[in-house]
Amino acid sequence: MVILEAQGLTKNFGGLKAVNDLSFELTGGEILGIIGPNGAGKTTLFNLITGFYHPSAGTVFFKGENITGLRPYQICKRGLARTFQITQPFANLTVLENVKIGAYSQIPSNREATREALQILETVGLYEKRNELASALPIGHRKNLELAKALATRPEVILLDEVVAGLNSKEADGMIAHIHRIREEGITILLIEHVMKAIMSLSSRIIVIHYGRKIAQGIPEEVSKNTKVIEAYLGEEYTLVKNRRA
Amino acid sequence: MSNPVQRVMKILVTIVVGVFLLVLPRFIGGYFLHLITMIFFFAYLGTAWNILGGYAGQFSFGHAAFFGIGAFTSTLLQIHLGVNPWIGMFLGGIVGLLLGLFIGSLSFRYGLRGPYFALAMLALAEMLRLLAVEWMAVKYPLGITIPLRGDSLLYFQFTKKVPYYYIMFIMMAAVLYLTRVIEERRMGSYFKAIRENENAADALGINVFKYKLIAMAISAFLTATGGTFYAQYYLTIEEESSFGTSMSIEVLLGPIIGGAGTVLGPLVGAAILEILSEGTRNLLKGYSGVHLMVYGAILIVVIIFLPKGILGGLQATFRRLAKAL
Amino acid sequence: MSLPGLPLLLQSIVSGILMGGVYSLIAIGLTLIFGVMRIINFAHGSFMMLGMFTTYWLFILLGIDPYLSLLLSIPCLFVLGIIVERFLIAQVLDAPEYSQLLLTLGISLFIENLALFLWSPNFRTLDIGYLKKTTTIGMVMISFPKVIAFLFAILLTGILYYFLKCTDLGKAIRASSEEKEGALTVGINLKRIYYVAFGIGTACVGAAGTLTAAFFYVNPHVGGIFVITAFVVVVLGGMGNFIGAFVGGLIIGLAESIGAAFVPGQLKQFIIYFIFILVLFFKPEGLFGRSRE
Repeated sequence: MVILEAQGLTKNFGGLKAVNDLSFELTGGEILGIIGPNGAGKTTLFNLITGFYHPSAGTVFFKGENITGLRPYQICKRGLARTFQITQPFANLTVLENVKIGAYSQIPSNREATREALQILETVGLYEKRNELASALPIGHRKNLELAKALATRPEVILLDEVVAGLNSKEADGMIAHIHRIREEGITILLIEHVMKAIMSLSSRIIVIHYGRKIAQGIPEEVSKNTKVIEAYLGEEYTLVKNRRA
Repeated sequence: MSNPVQRVMKILVTIVVGVFLLVLPRFIGGYFLHLITMIFFFAYLGTAWNILGGYAGQFSFGHAAFFGIGAFTSTLLQIHLGVNPWIGMFLGGIVGLLLGLFIGSLSFRYGLRGPYFALAMLALAEMLRLLAVEWMAVKYPLGITIPLRGDSLLYFQFTKKVPYYYIMFIMMAAVLYLTRVIEERRMGSYFKAIRENENAADALGINVFKYKLIAMAISAFLTATGGTFYAQYYLTIEEESSFGTSMSIEVLLGPIIGGAGTVLGPLVGAAILEILSEGTRNLLKGYSGVHLMVYGAILIVVIIFLPKGILGGLQATFRRLAKAL
Repeated sequence: MSLPGLPLLLQSIVSGILMGGVYSLIAIGLTLIFGVMRIINFAHGSFMMLGMFTTYWLFILLGIDPYLSLLLSIPCLFVLGIIVERFLIAQVLDAPEYSQLLLTLGISLFIENLALFLWSPNFRTLDIGYLKKTTTIGMVMISFPKVIAFLFAILLTGILYYFLKCTDLGKAIRASSEEKEGALTVGINLKRIYYVAFGIGTACVGAAGTLTAAFFYVNPHVGGIFVITAFVVVVLGGMGNFIGAFVGGLIIGLAESIGAAFVPGQLKQFIIYFIFILVLFFKPEGLFGRSRE
């Protein structure tokens, strides 16, 4: 069952088409990976879906409802959450308060929101740090906090923007495990990632974006062998050389 | 999160201090009563500012706009229509609230943040002041005076200072408690989230515009009611002290120095500033406004060395100590 | 409210442009500081006031002609600006935005009220014969000191423009305001740029003070009046934009002067504030755009 659908999404910044007629479908329960070279328009796509940008053209449907043009907070309340590529913590608040704020979107009561937040902190491994200021956290914990905040809003779909990037090997494995577990709890995931081991092991399907357009989609093995994809990352010369050698 | 022992301690201390302040008027004379009433007064105004500035992070440099509107509304209603000053205080608060919603919706709708918002509020207060100057020049060249009625709780006037002391004490205690309540609930967390990071707040389901307006409405309403108290205390108002930048600045200095975004910050700040200003007034015997020189110096020192204010700095120190132990 | 006739209108236009030149000079100082350091300098007005008092006292105590005193007020305010930047402003350059605004507010409070304490709230004027001269050209009466002020303001603006465009230090300042990281990479000493820029900005407004003292009253609170106008000009012209500040100054000078012809008493200030609010809401980047956001 399709839970999130983008149709012909386009975003122009002046003369630049950051996202160009992009369409895709996200099926409930899957993990859809999004890859592409830097500047391909992946984060712009997330901003379009979550209401931070207004599309120049195209629509977004979430659970059958047209959410194009809604504000981010309205979209969050409908069950679509996101993380930010550059973590956006509430710097001068404690880790617990950070996550509580996420919980408050569905839970009005202080006591219950606290309970929910503590539970989530437990699962992402930040319980010990709950009374520390968010600004004091190192990058690994900051990424976990970013994830925890989004999870606290009890989303049905979560958009993860490079949550593994910048982590060391052990932290990355931990994060990948978290993502598996989130999926097991029934949350659908849309995942932007550069770290290949993460995206290949997590995604059931992958979309490749280049210059704002979708240039390939399919299961991970297919995509990694796709010439257009290789060209996008390594440049046309690589394919030409390879073919000449062959 | 405070454990039960800490909570009981806090309640006990509050009760002791509260009783002390309630009994105090028996033992001190008019001068000190005035001084402490002024501390309560600026703590009240500072707390009102703090809700919008310290908690929601929208620093206004023009809160005198609400203060003056409250003072003028209740006073004019009283003089021209015989409206009871207590009712006038409430009505003045409503007018302030509406003004706040007006300027707030425009400012927040057009994305005014940080210094631009601060300056826009300053411009608003100045515009109101100029209008008042022009309007009063003909009708009330020496300010508006409230007719004397002797000692009357009904008419919010007293010949002695003691009743004013108690009224301001109650008002201050009420808003301090209100701040505490807001801080403990979702609203307070939402304000702080907006202060810290509006985009992150938006992504977590917070209607930033709505909550900024709520903070503004509460802040404006309370500040305006403070204007009525001032009018009834001095029984005369004029445009400079009501709408002037001095008032806007004195309102925000307390929370900044005491600790913006804390419950007691405005009270601590107001106490320090009032005591200092009385001290300089007596020592330097200069022209009015000289105490502002000391305020300026303190502000400079605090911003450089204690940017989170006194209580904010203490919180940070405790945090570091707790970590080290 | 009666409509002004042509003579009054022409008078207002000329008067407005003349005053506008001074506003331009004030605003250029402010916009330079913002462009380089991203600081909204609330204390700008109080430095102007110091410039005015410097000229006043130099005249009263030493009989120095106000225009000659420029030779003293400019370097003095320049040095003062450097001192203030190095010891105070530099401490909060990395602090959140509000800290900087509050610090400059604190500085302005301190300076303004120190002046109040030292020199009393009395209004003073420079009582010099030749300053009271006026000339009449056609229908328009022009006050002599205002013309001199305008000419000096244009001259100083031109010198500053040349400095920024053609000298190494000037180019370094421009580079730093456009691209901080890049400037660091090419070895520009940012700390030095900051205090030089602040010094220049303060010297500008000090000079404006000297020029204005010739025809405006001198009083500790004067700064507060001019600083708001300066902010309006800077926002109108585009924060950090030199040309914008120049043109903006003339526009505001005109607006204020023509407005005063239509509107009673103090309300001409009201027009300035109104323009300010409009620009803040609808075109916060100003007419010429910000230097960089």
